[in-house]
Amino acid sequence: MQTALLLIVLLWPVAAALLLHFVRGSAARALAFGASLVELALAVYMTVAFQVNSQPQFEINYPWLASAGINFHIGVDGLSLLLVLLTAFLVPLILLASFRHDYENPSVFYALVLFMQTGLIGVFVAMDAFVFYFFWEVALIPIYFLAGVWGGERRVQVTLKFFIYTVVGSLLMLAGFVYLYYMTGANGAVRSSDLTAFYNLRLSAAEQSWVFLLVFSAFAVKMPIFPLHSWQPDTYEQSPTPATMLLSGIMLKMGIYGTMRWVLPVVPLGVSQWSWLVMILAVIGIIYGALIAIRQRDMKRLIAFSSLSHVGLMIAGMFSLTAVGLQGTAIQMLAHGVNVVGMFFISDIIERRTGTRQIPELGGLTRATPLLSVTFLVILLGTVALPLTNGFVGEFLLLMGVYQYNPWLGAVAGLTIIFGAVYLLRMFQRVMLGPDSSFSSVIRDLTGAELAVLVPLILMVFWIGLFPGTFLHISEPAVNKLLVLINR
Amino acid sequence: MLSIILLSVTGLANLFLGFLRSNRVLLPAVLLVLAVVFAVNLSGIDSTGALSSWNASPYFNGMLIFDRYAQVFTAVVVLTTLLLLPFSHKYVREGNPNLAEYYSLMLFSLVGAIMMVSYNHLLILFLGIETLSIAMYVLAGSDKSNLRSNEAALKYFLMGSFATGILLFGMALIYGASGTFALDQLGVAARALPTANPAMMPMLYVGILLMLIGIGFKISAAPFHFWTPDVYEGAPTIFTGFMSTVVKTAGIAGFFKLLLVAFADNSSSMWLPTLTAMLVLTLLIGNVGAVAQTNAKRMLAYSSISHAGYLLLALVALRSGNLSANAIFFYSLAYSIATVAAFAVLKLVDDQRGRDDYEGLNGLARTNPLLAFAMTVSMLSLAGIPLTGGFFGKFYLFTAAAQEGYIGLVIFAVVMSAIGIYYYLRPIIAMYMRPAPEGNEAPVPVSAFQSAVLVLLVAITVLLGVVPGIVEGVLNG
Repeated sequence: MQTALLLIVLLWPVAAALLLHFVRGSAARALAFGASLVELALAVYMTVAFQVNSQPQFEINYPWLASAGINFHIGVDGLSLLLVLLTAFLVPLILLASFRHDYENPSVFYALVLFMQTGLIGVFVAMDAFVFYFFWEVALIPIYFLAGVWGGERRVQVTLKFFIYTVVGSLLMLAGFVYLYYMTGANGAVRSSDLTAFYNLRLSAAEQSWVFLLVFSAFAVKMPIFPLHSWQPDTYEQSPTPATMLLSGIMLKMGIYGTMRWVLPVVPLGVSQWSWLVMILAVIGIIYGALIAIRQRDMKRLIAFSSLSHVGLMIAGMFSLTAVGLQGTAIQMLAHGVNVVGMFFISDIIERRTGTRQIPELGGLTRATPLLSVTFLVILLGTVALPLTNGFVGEFLLLMGVYQYNPWLGAVAGLTIIFGAVYLLRMFQRVMLGPDSSFSSVIRDLTGAELAVLVPLILMVFWIGLFPGTFLHISEPAVNKLLVLINR
Repeated sequence: MLSIILLSVTGLANLFLGFLRSNRVLLPAVLLVLAVVFAVNLSGIDSTGALSSWNASPYFNGMLIFDRYAQVFTAVVVLTTLLLLPFSHKYVREGNPNLAEYYSLMLFSLVGAIMMVSYNHLLILFLGIETLSIAMYVLAGSDKSNLRSNEAALKYFLMGSFATGILLFGMALIYGASGTFALDQLGVAARALPTANPAMMPMLYVGILLMLIGIGFKISAAPFHFWTPDVYEGAPTIFTGFMSTVVKTAGIAGFFKLLLVAFADNSSSMWLPTLTAMLVLTLLIGNVGAVAQTNAKRMLAYSSISHAGYLLLALVALRSGNLSANAIFFYSLAYSIATVAAFAVLKLVDDQRGRDDYEGLNGLARTNPLLAFAMTVSMLSLAGIPLTGGFFGKFYLFTAAAQEGYIGLVIFAVVMSAIGIYYYLRPIIAMYMRPAPEGNEAPVPVSAFQSAVLVLLVAITVLLGVVPGIVEGVLNG
C-alpha cells in the first residue's frame, strides 16, 4: 500500500472519470463528488504517512522510454505535498459548488474535472522533465473543453486565445527541457531527463540565460505574469464557475510550483541574470492589476484582476530567493487557492440569485442574507491579509522576502495590501451594504449545500491564519533544500 | 516479398470477382486479404536484418531487399489501408459497375508502396513510384460525375508525369556518373567518385537534385506542392485519405533509404542545404496555408504538406542513423493513424450532410459523440499534444534533429507547430462549441463495424501517446 500510494492518488481521479462514462444525470455528480472525497482521504492519509524531511517520498520510478533514459518518476516532498493536498481539498468543494447548475452532459463535465485533477497532481509530483511536461499538457486539455463548451457567450474566441498562449509557452518549455536533456549526456554520460540529473547540470551562464527564458515562459503564461496576462481576465470571466475555480485556485499554482521546482534550482545563474526583470514585471503586475481592479464593475473580472495583483506579490517573493520569501510563496499558494475559490463561489451565488454580476446593479444584500454576508467578509478579509487570517501569514513572509531583496521594491510591493483593501472592501460595501437594490429583500440566504462549501474554506482561512506552522513545517525542509541547490 | 505476391494475386483475382458487384463480398474479402498480408508480414519480421545491414532476404539479384526496414514500413502502409477501407462504404456503392476495380487499384497501389520501401535498385524504386502513382491517378478521378474529381485526376496526372520525367532524368544522370543503379553500389561509387573521376561530380550532383525534385513532388514538399490542395479536395475523400497517408509514408521512407544508403557521405554538402531550404519552405507554406482554409479537407491537405515538412526534418538529420529512422517510422505511424481517423469522420459527415467545410462539422458532438471524439483525438494528435501519438512523433523527430545540432530548425518547427494548433482546433470548436445546422440535426449514420474501427484508431493513437515504448526497437531490433 505504502509504495503504490502515490500512484493510486495520481490515478484514482482518472479512473473515476472513466467510470463516469457509464452513468447519466445526477448520478454522475454524486459519483464524481464521492470519488473526489475518496481522493481527499487518500491525500490526507499520505500526509499522515509523510515523514517531514527533505527527501522525496512515495517514489515510483519505472522505465517509460527506456532507450532514451526517460523514466516515469514521481515522488512527493513537502512542497509537492502541500499542493497535492490543496488540489485534493479544493476539487470536492468545486464539485459541490457546481451542484446548483444544470450542466448539459453532466457526466462529461464531471469526468473532465476529475481528468484534470490527475493532470494537476501529476504536475505536482513529477520528478522527470517529460513526465512533468506530459501532465502539464494533460491538465490543459480538460480545462479547454470545460471553458469552451460550458462557458459564456464569447467562449470560443477566449478559449482559443487561452489555448494558444499556453501551448506556445509549453512548446518553448519543451525546447528548453530537450536542450537540458541533451546536456545531461554531455561528457559521454547516459542521457536522462530526471530531476536530479537536471540539478546536477553545470551549464555556462549564457546557456542558463536562454534556457531560463525558454522554460520560464510557459510558467509565466500560466501564472500569469504581466504582460502575458491578457488571456486571464477574459478566460476567468467566460468560463463556467467551476472551471474558473480550477484555473485560479489550482492551475495558477502550476506556474509558481513549476518555477520553484524546475527553474530556480536548475538554472540559478539564469535566474540571477533575469530576476531583476521578473521582479519589475511582478511589481508592475501588482500595481496594474490593482488599479484595473478598482475600475471593474463585473465581480468576476474584479476578482480576476485582484488575483493578478496578488500573484504578482507571490512571484516577487519567490524571486527574492530568500528562505522567508520561498516559504511565503509556499503558504500563500494555499491561502490564495482557498480565498480565490471562495470569492468566485460567492460571486457565483450572487449571480445565480440575482442574475447579474454587475456591482452597480447590486446593493444592500446583507439585510436578507446575514450568513452570506459574514462568510463573504471573512474570505474577503483573508484576501486583504488581515492578521489572524491565511492571507496575512503569506503576504507578511513574502513582503519580508522582497524587502530583503530590495527595500524600495518591498515598499512598492506592499501597496498590494492597501490597494487590495481599497477595491475589495469597496466591492463589499457596494454589493452587500450600500443603498438597497431591487434584490435586497427577495434574495435567499445560503443553503445547506453552499454552507458545506464555504464552511471548510472558512475553517482553512483561520487554520492557516492561526496555526501556519502546520503547513510551514511541512514545506520547510523542501524549501531549505531548494535554497541549497540555488546557492551552490 | 510474400506480401507483394499476395496483394498482386488478390488484386487480379478481385477483378474476376467484380461480376458480383457487391460490397458484402468484396469489402470483407479485401479486408481479410489485407489482414492476412499484415500478419504474414509481421510474422516474417527478420530477426537478424537490422537497419544497418541492407542484405536480408534479397530478391531479383538483390534488386529488392526485404529487411526489417522494408517490413516495418510495409506494416505501416498495410495497416493504414486496412483501417481506411471500412469507410469506403457509400462512395463505393452497392451495384457500382466498377466496384472491383477500385479495390484492385488500391491493392496495386499498395504493391507500389511496398516496392518503394523495399527497393535496392533505382529501377525498382521507379517501378514502385509508377505503380503507386498510376493507380492513384485513376482513383483520384473515379468520381466520374463530379467535375472537381475529373479536374483533380487531370491535374494529378499532368503534374505527376512531369515529376516522373524529372525523376527519371535524375536517375539517368546518376547512372551516367556512377555506372550503376544498385543502391549499395551507388553508395560505393559516389564515395569513390571525387578521386576516381572528379569530372563526373557535377553530373552526379544534378542527378541527385533532379531526384530530390521528383520525390518532392510525390510527397508534396514545397515548392512542388501546388497540386496538393486541389487534388486532395477534388478526389473522393477515401482516396484523399489514402494519398495523404500511404503515398506519403512510402515516399518519405523510400527517400530516406536513398539518401542514407547512397548519398549520406560525401555528397551531403550538396543536397543538405537544398533539403533544408525545402523543409523550411514546406513547413511555412503548409502551416500558414492551412490557417487560411475554410474547408476541412483543404485544411487537411495543407496540414499534410506541413507534415511532409516535419518528416523532412528526419532526412536532414539522417546521420543520426537509427534515431532518425525510428523517428520517421513512429511519426508516419502516428500521423497515418490520426489522418485516417480524420478523413474517415470527414467522409461519414460529408456523406450525410453533403459538405466538407468546417460548418459541416457543427454540433457533431451532440449528434455523434463518438465521431466527434475520434476527430478530436486525431486533431490533437496531428497538433502534437501529449497523450497522443503525434506528440511523441514530433518529440522523436525534434530530438533526432537536435542531436545533429539543428537547434535553429527545431525551434522553427516548434513555432510552426504552434501555428498548427490554431487550425487543428477549428474542427474541435465546430464540433463542440457550435450548434448543429438547422434541419441537419439527425445523427450521422455509422455502422457498428465502423464505430469499432474508429475506437481502434483512437486506442492506437492514445496508446502510442502514453506508452510509446511498445513500438520502440521495432526498427533496430
